[in-house]
Amino acid sequence: MDIILQNIINALQWGSFYAVVSIGYSMVYGVLMLFNFAHGDIFMVGTYIGFGIATLMLALFSAIMPGWMIFILVILVTMFLASFVGVFVEVVGYRPLRGAPRASAAITGLMIGIIFETGNLIILGAQRFSFPALIKSQSYNLGGIYVTNVKVLIIAASLIMMLSLHLFIKKTKWGMAMRAMSYDFLAVPLMGVSINVIAPLTFAIGAGLASVAGILYGQAYPVLDPYMGIQLGWKAFVAAILGGRGSIMGAALAGYLLGFIEMFVPLVFPSTFRDLIAYSIILVILTFRPRGFFGMEHSTQLRL
Amino acid sequence: MRKLIYLVLAACVLTLCFSANGWTLGRETVIKVGINAPLTGDIPKVGEGTKYAAEMWLEDVTKAGGIEVGGKKYPVELVIEDNESKAESAVTANTKMITQDDVMIIIGPQSSKQAIPAGDVANNYQTPMISPWSTNPDTTAGRPYVFRGCFLDPFQGPVLANFVTEEFGFTKAAVLYDVASDYPKGLAEFFKAAWEEKHGAGSVVAFESFTTKDTDFSSQLTKIIKSGAEVLFTPQYYNEVALIVNQAKDLGWKGPIVGSDSWGSAETVQLCGEACYGLFFSTHYAAAGAQGATKEFIDRYNAKYGYVPDDVGALTWDALRLAQTAIEGAGELTGDIKKDRTAVRDALAKIKDFEGITGKMTFTEEGDPIKCAVIVKISDKGEYEFYKSICP
Repeated sequence: MDIILQNIINALQWGSFYAVVSIGYSMVYGVLMLFNFAHGDIFMVGTYIGFGIATLMLALFSAIMPGWMIFILVILVTMFLASFVGVFVEVVGYRPLRGAPRASAAITGLMIGIIFETGNLIILGAQRFSFPALIKSQSYNLGGIYVTNVKVLIIAASLIMMLSLHLFIKKTKWGMAMRAMSYDFLAVPLMGVSINVIAPLTFAIGAGLASVAGILYGQAYPVLDPYMGIQLGWKAFVAAILGGRGSIMGAALAGYLLGFIEMFVPLVFPSTFRDLIAYSIILVILTFRPRGFFGMEHSTQLRL
Repeated sequence: MRKLIYLVLAACVLTLCFSANGWTLGRETVIKVGINAPLTGDIPKVGEGTKYAAEMWLEDVTKAGGIEVGGKKYPVELVIEDNESKAESAVTANTKMITQDDVMIIIGPQSSKQAIPAGDVANNYQTPMISPWSTNPDTTAGRPYVFRGCFLDPFQGPVLANFVTEEFGFTKAAVLYDVASDYPKGLAEFFKAAWEEKHGAGSVVAFESFTTKDTDFSSQLTKIIKSGAEVLFTPQYYNEVALIVNQAKDLGWKGPIVGSDSWGSAETVQLCGEACYGLFFSTHYAAAGAQGATKEFIDRYNAKYGYVPDDVGALTWDALRLAQTAIEGAGELTGDIKKDRTAVRDALAKIKDFEGITGKMTFTEEGDPIKCAVIVKISDKGEYEFYKSICP
């Protein structure tokens, strides 16, 4: 029993990263009908920005501010800076190819990803960095189940972020414009909503979320390397497909599901087979539900 | 006209003969020692350590007036070749040093990736070679002319199993390793075999794996913790060590975590922080708390080059001293490089209880030293402190 409860906590933490990152994929798909394959590397860049800001803030303010205040400050500044990375990717990478075949745009994403990885490698070198601990990790024993304050923070912060995004999309005019764009990105601009505003906005939100995920990731897994975004990015992409293309709640749910499958498979089977079994399960789900959990009819018309 | 050509040709041949004779007769025999090191490429720091240790050794030898063989002192020269941390370059470097530079013995290459193919060349040309750092059994297997200066992975597993048993008296162990990487996988299996031999089948209560690039080990660690294991062995590299140790502590792991020589990088402590303090791992030598000749070497190196040498520097130093001992024990130098090389090889194989700064060494028939491993404790200041040495 203990082991199951413990793994539920583990899965909630691990699934939070998949959920938040896969939302970035899903949002861009909703608006532009393409998957931004650079998103895993945007996550990586966001993490490194967070690392830089955190190091700077700790050096400047650690004497005069409590840890949680610095933490919030780091999140806000990093989100702001990282959203420009998202805008940059949209303007430089995707805008010139908006009329091009979809495969070209998808490949652009891969190229941008490689540029980010190697650029990082050239600027900072192959050395690994350790993300500074903004919140001192404290482990609590709740009747045999170990929970750390960092875990609780990660799960709570992810849920808050996803909920506020959900409200933003459902309740605000900007959100409405984004939803409209996902129905018809040719007709909506005729109504006076420019795609050149909505698309960068979508990328900025996705990158901002990814960078916060990166800071949280840095608290849980403090070793940074330039290729850290690849595996997480691909798995989050799987979650975005599984949740239904373009569906934000679907992506979030699928992200957590992925986390649960990855945590519970090694419980029953040898851990060597973890990914093999985990992704076979997803293959089976997709065979029976090719549209994913919440995929709408119109969002699957286009291939890729 | 034809006569003239013959005359010129004859004159040429004669001069050649005389000059060749003149070379061997007129010039004093110089003992050349080849160094095959990765000065550029992926691991330039390893190459630098090799080169610095070799230069320090040459300084000593020159001060003593050369190496004394059969009552006569011969001057020594180093031939340093860069292998760019590539297998094919290491082969080229060895071939050049053997066929063109007429080296007596070769020290290097350091990594198994280069030492395995380069060792083949040295063995074919019947030139003795000592790889200071290569732990893969294939480097020396079936090659009478190839030796090494460090212990092997099949030795390190049992050493750690014995250490944990003696130190803590535990009987249940868990292993967490990367199934996609040769070194951790091999070592994990050697450890498991040794542990089960000591404590019976099933005494490794959890044998969990992950794949390279994974960062979350909480599922495996939860399983390990619930399995009732008393000690966790993880033969991983520094970046994974930091994550595994911290996650294990967060999940309520109270027992010791033990590692292998892949932990022996300064970055382990940098990335891992206080969670790693007090843990143990096995390695080739420990800089902090060293005594005697080891301390002397470290201090000298530090004064000369400005940093504490890592295990490569120390192992290279020992390999060179081994080479020196072998040359001194070769009886006398005939001047025929082929005969001398074989004499040096035979002397090397006969070395017993050599006092190196990384421990006492005696070669087996395969050219692998029987030597002690060092158990290092990470101190409360994050330094690698000598804890004890374990001998086979």
